[in-house]
Amino acid sequence: MTHFKTVLFGALAAGMTAGVASAQTEINWWHAMGGTNGERVDKIAADFNASQSDYKIVPSYKGNYTETMTAAVAAFRAKEHPHLVQVFEVGTATMMAAKGAIYPVEQMMKDAGESFDKGDYLPAVISYYQTPEGELLSMPFNSSTPVLWYNADALKAAGVEAPKTWDDVKTVSKALVDNGMDCGVSFGWQSWVMLENYSSWHNMEMGTKENGFAGFDTEFTFSQNDKLAARLDDVAAMSEGNLFKYGGRRGDSLPMFTNGECGMWMNSSAYYGSIKSQAEFEFGQTMLPLDTAAADAPQNSIIGGATLWALAGHESEEYKGLAQFMTYLSSAEVQAWWHQETGYVPITTAAWELSKDQGFYDSNPGTDTAIKQLSLNTPTANSRGIRFGNFVQVRDVINEEMEALWAGDKTAQEALDAAAERGNALLRKFERSAK
Amino acid sequence: MLKRVHFPTSALPYLLVAPQIIITLIFFIWPASQAVYQSFLIEDAFGLSSEFVWFENFQILFEDSQYLETFWRTILFSAAVAVLSMGSALILAAFADRVVRGATTYRTLLIWPYAVAPVLAGALWVFMFNPTLGIFPYILEFIGIDWNHYLNGGQAMTLVIFAAAWKQIAYNFLFYLAAMQSIPRSLIEAAAIDGAGPVRRFWDHIFPLISPTTFFLLVINAVYAFFDTFGIIHAVTQGGPANSTTILVYKVFNDGFVGLDLGGSAAQSVILMILVIAMTVVQFRYVERKVEY
Repeated sequence: MTHFKTVLFGALAAGMTAGVASAQTEINWWHAMGGTNGERVDKIAADFNASQSDYKIVPSYKGNYTETMTAAVAAFRAKEHPHLVQVFEVGTATMMAAKGAIYPVEQMMKDAGESFDKGDYLPAVISYYQTPEGELLSMPFNSSTPVLWYNADALKAAGVEAPKTWDDVKTVSKALVDNGMDCGVSFGWQSWVMLENYSSWHNMEMGTKENGFAGFDTEFTFSQNDKLAARLDDVAAMSEGNLFKYGGRRGDSLPMFTNGECGMWMNSSAYYGSIKSQAEFEFGQTMLPLDTAAADAPQNSIIGGATLWALAGHESEEYKGLAQFMTYLSSAEVQAWWHQETGYVPITTAAWELSKDQGFYDSNPGTDTAIKQLSLNTPTANSRGIRFGNFVQVRDVINEEMEALWAGDKTAQEALDAAAERGNALLRKFERSAK
Repeated sequence: MLKRVHFPTSALPYLLVAPQIIITLIFFIWPASQAVYQSFLIEDAFGLSSEFVWFENFQILFEDSQYLETFWRTILFSAAVAVLSMGSALILAAFADRVVRGATTYRTLLIWPYAVAPVLAGALWVFMFNPTLGIFPYILEFIGIDWNHYLNGGQAMTLVIFAAAWKQIAYNFLFYLAAMQSIPRSLIEAAAIDGAGPVRRFWDHIFPLISPTTFFLLVINAVYAFFDTFGIIHAVTQGGPANSTTILVYKVFNDGFVGLDLGGSAAQSVILMILVIAMTVVQFRYVERKVEY
């Protein structure tokens, strides 16, 4: 009998939900946030849905970034695409080229009559997603930038301070290894950290045409950057004596840092949550090291992470709801909460100010490193971001060539030359397909 | 004049074969023809602009030294997987054939790995061989091997070969055991009476008698290594480091689904399709005729 009741109530509840849903306009949001971040995405959507009764945001997890983007592309070809999709930064050129498929977010806000001021957003964050004319194409959502994480306990035990320059990195690594650590420094997402950000941090170009912003006929020039080659050669030489140890692509090397094998780790500021839950030592973060041979002072770092793209082909009423959701999403409260929970940078100045007022940085020292790095200077053509087509594959090419360097099969110059040559072939292929 | 017998025509036979035909058309012929069509196009990911280029995608592939390397790598990988898994299965089956007590338990245990999904098998190996946390790198360190398959292409290849071969041992074992048990006992006993020891009996009698099975398994294993190891590679190395474990089927996925180069990826699948057709022809024309069930 009880069982029957449960079923009955279940059916009733389902019926009611369906009834409510039909009165609301549903807006689909495909995202790539798994685990805890996925729960946070669900919370943002649920809070928005509770805040009004006209629209219902339905978030769905579609796998990692690549899988989510592929799913959206396939759905678009089948005309079953969602209203909103989260695409990682390297997919920007592909999305941009798909003129009939996307609905530029700035245009959408305007059409929906939603107030929108680009001045509220952090320049280093939105500059990555603007057209050369300055139109914002997609809404920044989760942005991070690489920082240098360090094991504060280990550094203290070795009697050294957190490094500021690459020379410091070497000294500190040496001190750590001498003090009994397995390795000094490691990093992940090597193309992003050691190539893309190295270039922007020292205000050097990676490719022609303003790093691809000014046209798809861009070509890679990073192989002509002898400072970069010298730095990479130096890092490879640090493998001697384990001052540097390579631990794989993406975040694969995270355990090396959190289990105390390596004392320093360069990777996204968004690893804050993972490190906090895994590391059994005091840790800190500081700005990326400066290569004193390449520049006197750092410029600014570039972001990684993802933005939200509106896809074209839905009803204007639905875009109205989407525009409202965009406003909600970038409100100071939501952004500050998201930033403090995840380690992603807040995308608006207001959210940064709010986090300051809430005393977040005082109780969690170092958590503002990322945002300070991004807003260090006004972004230049070299440091506002990169926009290369087929960049997912180009990054793979760079990964492969850099792995050949770490394995000692190639010198930095050989690896960079090969990466640029293979990368340029991919750029030409993209230029052709994006006609 | 020949008298022809006429049966009233009926729709029934057509109806009965229709499901099979429809399934073949929808799930095999249609996607295959789509792949062939796609391989003649250079297109952006969203399909907004496309250019018909005939065989240019294929031309690009065969001029790409990376692709040719992948070809050789796949052959090496398949050969290693086939030899390793068939060799181990053969040894295990030879012993299992002689087991008298507890034979069922032993056999059941050996068949277990076959029930493990490739991705799961991969995940198991990832845990065991994680350079930082895994148990095997820890043990290997004692004999002076610094294990890091994130960096060392040879080690990465070894790892995926072992993982893929391990997964296939159970299948090969079953076939070998069945083949050995179908050999008449009298043959083996006669050899024993003539004074042949177990090793001699194996090489001179059992092995030649099960050779049709070996050939059959060789084809099956090659096909397995070519096409079904995707899950293992995806879970263990994702084709890296430096492409050292990228085999043909992984490259199709990587170029198509990660890189969104649909034309190039489709061209590669067409080549794979031709390969598998060739292998199947070999199997039917040559193997089926020789295998004595």
